[in-house]
Amino acid sequence: MRYESPTTIKEVVGLLKKERGKAFVLAGGTDLLVGMKLGMIEPDLLVDIKHIPAMRTVKTSKTGFRIGAAVSCAELGEHKAMKKAWPGVVEAANLIGSDQVQGRCTVVGNLCNASPAADSVPALIAAGAKAVIVGADGRRTIAVENIATGPGKTCLKKGEVIEAITLPNQTKTSGDAYLRFTPRTEMDIAVVGVGINLTLEKGLVSKARVVLGAVAPTAITVPEAAEALIGTKVDKKALENLAAACSAACRPIDDKRGSAEYRTRIAGVMAVRAAKIAFKRAGSAA
Amino acid sequence: MTDSTLVSTTINGDSIEFACPNDETLLDALRNRVGLTGVKEGCGTGDCGACSVTLDGRLVCSCLVLGVEASGREVGTVEGLTTNGELHPLQEKFIEHAALQCGVCTPGFLVAAKALLDKNPDPSETEIRYALAGNLCRCTGYDKIVRAVQATAKDMRKAKKKKG
Repeated sequence: MRYESPTTIKEVVGLLKKERGKAFVLAGGTDLLVGMKLGMIEPDLLVDIKHIPAMRTVKTSKTGFRIGAAVSCAELGEHKAMKKAWPGVVEAANLIGSDQVQGRCTVVGNLCNASPAADSVPALIAAGAKAVIVGADGRRTIAVENIATGPGKTCLKKGEVIEAITLPNQTKTSGDAYLRFTPRTEMDIAVVGVGINLTLEKGLVSKARVVLGAVAPTAITVPEAAEALIGTKVDKKALENLAAACSAACRPIDDKRGSAEYRTRIAGVMAVRAAKIAFKRAGSAA
Repeated sequence: MTDSTLVSTTINGDSIEFACPNDETLLDALRNRVGLTGVKEGCGTGDCGACSVTLDGRLVCSCLVLGVEASGREVGTVEGLTTNGELHPLQEKFIEHAALQCGVCTPGFLVAAKALLDKNPDPSETEIRYALAGNLCRCTGYDKIVRAVQATAKDMRKAKKKKG
């Protein structure tokens, strides 16, 4: 196996294009090295992207944030402006694995691993995040919800790599939240994850995005759940409608962590809790 | 075609060079090429924390890092905790509180606990339990480990105060 650690994105694209065998991009490696250890992944070439300065930083600009593909979740959690603007996204990213895993894992890796239970993905989708993809044919930017196409599968073409995730600025009357349910308090995989982003106008919800994780082959956006909140003060009735819409949207699997019936029920419960946090954040940010 | 790389790195403050197959983990390189056997393999998949080391000061599982990735970076292992043969206060307290039985998880716990105390000299019990959630121990039941970390933090804060 060859190992390359280029310092520019151009070189990454060139290396991936040229490779005839199996090439993999190495960022945090917390999924890749496990796959290699288990013999499920046998790369001919690893391209380490951690030596590319633009991939190692979180940039803030007038239009929002740009999270480089090699920024670890621990680093993201230390970024004050990100925490202030998108606390739900940061909390979701910081739920992945242990402190040891946090020191290495990245949100782009979480996205590209395409686990239905990926913690950062529902929060990113709720926040309206986009992925900047680079390949031999140039750059394209697509919404994060369109990256995963099924468990372990993405829409990335051979030789393409996600360079960064972009997030808009959060408005002053908006707030986001992510909650997950796991049987254990730490070091576990979500049975249900819920990301919610709300915007208020005159105290009422004017915009909402509700995204569920771990209850379908990919994270799913639930417009009916958003509708349940729009025009309300997130009162009891709105929350009941939200829970019902979330449960109705679930198409989960049965596994040792939770039955399909349980996941369906819990999706509504977690959505209610996440909506309360997002509503509070949207209100207090004003 | 090169399947191996000459790695120049710093381990516990010492400059070290070793040739490393590209697909070898830092864990295996530390144990088999550098001779630092304090780092242990438990699961080999990032779940148990027995192989915890620091990479540029950040806590990681060395089983989830390639040896070649250590190039130009600073690695810290449990062997680096002692100064001139003197045990680190955490090591003293682990002994005092009998916070170990078989000892396989202990180096990882020590490295992770040190990383915690470096960041947060006064952690609550909950913070300690969360910070050490990535380290598994199948012998002690964790209470003794948590108490040893609490006692170390208390002593280190006192010592710092005395020094002024």
